[in-house]
Amino acid sequence: MANPVTAAAKATPEPVAQKIRGLSDRTIAWIFVAPTIFLLLAVNIFPLIWTIRLSFTNYRVNRPNNDVEWVGLRNYERILNDPDIWSTMQATAHFLIWTIVLQVLIGFTLAYLINKKFKGNDLWTTIIVFPMMLSPAVVGNFWTFLYQPQIGLFNYVVAFFTGADPSSFSMIGDVNLAPWAIVIADTWMWTPFVMLICLAGLRSIPDSIYEAAECDRASKWRQFWTITIPMALPFLMLAVLFRGIENFKMFDLVVQLTGGGPGNITTLTSIDLKREAFEKWRTGYSSAYAVILFVTVFGLAAIYVKALNKVKER
Amino acid sequence: MKTKLTCSAAAAALLATGSVAQAADLTLCWAAWDPANALVELSKDFEAQSGHNMNFEFVPWPNFADRMLNELNSGGQLCDLMIGDSQWIGGSAENGHYVKMNDFFDANGIDMGDFLPATVTGYAEWPKNTPNYWALPAYADVVGWTYRKDWFERPEIQAEFKEKYGRDLGVPATLGELKDIAEFFQGREIDGKTVYGAAIYTERGSEGITMGVTNALYGYGFEFNNPENPYEMEGFVNSAEAVAGLEFYKALYDVGTPPGSSNWYMGENIDAYKSGQVALQMNFAFIWPGVEADPNVGGGKSGYFANPAGPAGQFAQLGGQGISVVSYSENQDAALEYIKWFAQPEIQQRWWDMGGASAMRAVVEAPGFADSQPYAQTFLDSMAIVKDFWAEPAFAELLLSMQERIHNYVIAGDGTAQEALDGLVKDWTETFEDEGKL
Repeated sequence: MANPVTAAAKATPEPVAQKIRGLSDRTIAWIFVAPTIFLLLAVNIFPLIWTIRLSFTNYRVNRPNNDVEWVGLRNYERILNDPDIWSTMQATAHFLIWTIVLQVLIGFTLAYLINKKFKGNDLWTTIIVFPMMLSPAVVGNFWTFLYQPQIGLFNYVVAFFTGADPSSFSMIGDVNLAPWAIVIADTWMWTPFVMLICLAGLRSIPDSIYEAAECDRASKWRQFWTITIPMALPFLMLAVLFRGIENFKMFDLVVQLTGGGPGNITTLTSIDLKREAFEKWRTGYSSAYAVILFVTVFGLAAIYVKALNKVKER
Repeated sequence: MKTKLTCSAAAAALLATGSVAQAADLTLCWAAWDPANALVELSKDFEAQSGHNMNFEFVPWPNFADRMLNELNSGGQLCDLMIGDSQWIGGSAENGHYVKMNDFFDANGIDMGDFLPATVTGYAEWPKNTPNYWALPAYADVVGWTYRKDWFERPEIQAEFKEKYGRDLGVPATLGELKDIAEFFQGREIDGKTVYGAAIYTERGSEGITMGVTNALYGYGFEFNNPENPYEMEGFVNSAEAVAGLEFYKALYDVGTPPGSSNWYMGENIDAYKSGQVALQMNFAFIWPGVEADPNVGGGKSGYFANPAGPAGQFAQLGGQGISVVSYSENQDAALEYIKWFAQPEIQQRWWDMGGASAMRAVVEAPGFADSQPYAQTFLDSMAIVKDFWAEPAFAELLLSMQERIHNYVIAGDGTAQEALDGLVKDWTETFEDEGKL
């Protein structure tokens, strides 16, 4: 039987084959890479440059007949001096920090437990992973029912343990509780993802290292801190990076759950940006807003990746 | 603009002479709600008469504005006919999304004087109070109240209410009385179930809380601007009377609404009412046919009343929409044919009979109309006291500022009513400055 690669080469029409033979390896490489580069330029780079350009104008996409004026840095000044935007930044920071802390702690704990060999291990893994298979919009909608003061299961569970009246508190209607309501729902949904990454990290640690530690009579506690944590740390940091980026742009789950309210207390930057861009139609202003967020995420991610590489090199 | 006018004039002439156009596939865009289903049924008559096919694109209310304004702003050709919200009229006229209807109306004998004046101003005119028409009033709607008549009529409840407030329990004449009733029912045991006072609009994301709070603000003396000097808002939006109106709405929310109702709009209010959670609900009149037909709360168990008066008068928030022809449509002739068909008195009558809300005077002022449904008189009373939100091209920005300021104060309890309205003046001033109107 003919080699399929040879057969394919033979199937190349002679004129084409002659042309290719005349090209250098570098040219052929460019021919293969060019469509991808073109696509990246069209889909990523061009919109980015266009957004930066729009951010210096007063352009509004819903006023096609209006003159577009160059406003310099005015959009940036207005955004950075707007206390409402800083409060959305605070809401985002609260959401980001607490979801990451809780997801890493619970996710790592679950991974540590699942990593032990016990009966029903696979079944439990499947059950735990289930929430992340759902759509965030569905999860948001689902949790609005769980949080309902009169019929919500969450309120009844809390009431069962605390003795409080279930309808005496509203998780999504109270300014003090709503920020925690979105943290809880996101943690429920995405902890399994962190768990899976941690599990991969834990399973990558060779048994021989633990066996050597046993020979040296190291306690379980010491093994945990000197073997497990350092060796799983790059995976943990990767999980933090993924969740950080994802939650910085969190939109669907929170919109379904609280709509950014009560008041502005759960209005995250992505929700605010969407309102500015596609509800208020302040295209120039929202472009500047998007650029600021892009630079923030890009800068933080770059610093973080550098730290991650250092940890991996250790 | 000249081309569009020529187009609409040509279409008008074509229709007036009775020329038969080729069968077209028309798409009508509207919100996904009960009246839309009635319109699908009604439109079968148009299909049979004209030979055109009708398609419908219905979007749920919370996403309706987003979806359809995106469509219009991008010059999309999805919709030939648009039943757009009343506040869109300014932007849609100025940005060329809608076909101007004056020539077409003149050519086909459609007289705006045949429709309720408030609906003509609210749904069709831009600039307001000028004879420039961009839509035909299609669905008359207004915020009103539904109440549990069967609960109100119970002797033990009546006695307790009288003892507490020194007056009979009945339809409230003032906003203050309304609050008393909501407070009275709050947390009360009825038939072994805890019930609450009133379901009011509190929704944050689209337009909910604004459509609710204005029913209090208007009655207390709030004005969008100086009636003598447009866009002068200081002392009108944030007047002492307006502040009192906003404080009233917050007090109503605090003492008389179900727990967890911090983000409620039409759907949530209907659900709360039909499931027997509340004694009163604020909602647009479109829900009334559904209430009457409901096995739990219909059939005489519910009553209806217009928004009660405040210290400065009795007003209600206008809802409803006009039907327009989208200027990007390639089927403008057929779309105009639909409007001509829809403007006929007998079609308008059938529209009302099927659960729609006609704005045509021949229908709503006909003898017997007020008794045609238990809510018909309330509908008429309410339509007589309407006021509407800004219909400026920048309405979306104006609306979102109000949503934010009002929700922050009423629901989140952030700051004072005065601060909320002062902030609103600041936001709106900024918007009108950006618009070049200040």
